[in-house]
Amino acid sequence: MIILELFFAFFKVGLFAFGGAYAAIPLIRDIVLSYGWLTDEALSRMIAVSESTPGPIMVNLATYVGASRGGLLGAAAATLAVVLPAFFVIVLLLSLLKKFAENRAFKAVLSSLKSCVAGIILAVGAWMAYENLFAREGCECALAPLENGMDPSAIGLTLLLAAVMIIYKVAAKKRISPILLIIISAGLGMLVYGV
Amino acid sequence: MKKSKLIFDLFYTFFKIGLFTFGGGYAMIAVIESICVEKKGWITHDDMANVTVLAESTPGPIAVNCATFVGYKRAGLSGAALATLGVVLPSFIIIYVLAGVLDRLIEIKAVSSAFSGIRIAVGLLIIGAAVNMITKMKKTAFAVAVLVLSCAAMLAVNIFSLRLSVIALMAAAAAAGLIRFFILSGSGSEKRGEGDEK
Repeated sequence: MIILELFFAFFKVGLFAFGGAYAAIPLIRDIVLSYGWLTDEALSRMIAVSESTPGPIMVNLATYVGASRGGLLGAAAATLAVVLPAFFVIVLLLSLLKKFAENRAFKAVLSSLKSCVAGIILAVGAWMAYENLFAREGCECALAPLENGMDPSAIGLTLLLAAVMIIYKVAAKKRISPILLIIISAGLGMLVYGV
Repeated sequence: MKKSKLIFDLFYTFFKIGLFTFGGGYAMIAVIESICVEKKGWITHDDMANVTVLAESTPGPIAVNCATFVGYKRAGLSGAALATLGVVLPSFIIIYVLAGVLDRLIEIKAVSSAFSGIRIAVGLLIIGAAVNMITKMKKTAFAVAVLVLSCAAMLAVNIFSLRLSVIALMAAAAAAGLIRFFILSGSGSEKRGEGDEK
């Protein structure tokens, strides 16, 4: 049953997403691809929408996947599921396990997890950026990129946007806001691919 | 009577925070600090530092971790529940409404062109987030090894369409961290400097 599947899938996401939204993206991608709920392309779209709308990105993604697969009930189930682990972990830590976070074995596991998550996020980002270099006109199947060949405008856009990010970082001494980069990329997209 | 007022205030305040904070958890921490510490006095600066560490080291959305923490501190379980509901509700409503129209919007040429550009930005943003995590990481030999292995494994999964879940990979990393901890703490205190976490 789709509602239960959504609940358990997003409960897992909520339970294993250490370190915020970007840590959740590989988990969510894993789930939506394996269930066939979203393509990589639709997921990128939703990440952009989640970045540009208020609220926790993980909640936005859960609500969207839930709504598109199971309507209002699906949205509610997925959202509740992604929130519950965070809620109970904090309540539990505050009520009985105050010393737990100070535990050295726990910290050792945590720092190992952080390295692992950083590696996973890097791999997912690199793979998504790589896939975006290929034309995928009219086909959303997994291997379409390789069959259609490289898209020169996509390569140009990738280099341009990467340059914008790096120059901003060097000039302003902080990372460019995701919303600003998304707005720039939307404008460039319309410029290159037409309106 | 007083408590129900406080609980409503928690709900209302976190609803506003959820409604007006763009850019996810870390942006939210700054807003929560200015409202809950400086304006409302619900928690102290010290609490705020603790909740930031807690939020980073526990699973789930950082905003939910924070809302639960503040709500629980002020008004127990019901406060925690209402603050969490408040912070989640705005995104839920907005995305639910958007989900209905987005599929139709994407049929418009200008919108789909815009998203072709945005897709590229999203890939780069994810790489940026990873690079940021890596620069802030303590680069012990062990941490770098875990990082490189996880990244390589995940790339292999994508390239060869393997069936290895992200969670399995994380469980392996957690186990490796634990084993290393027991080996280091078992081999006496003279080796402590190497693995010190601070």
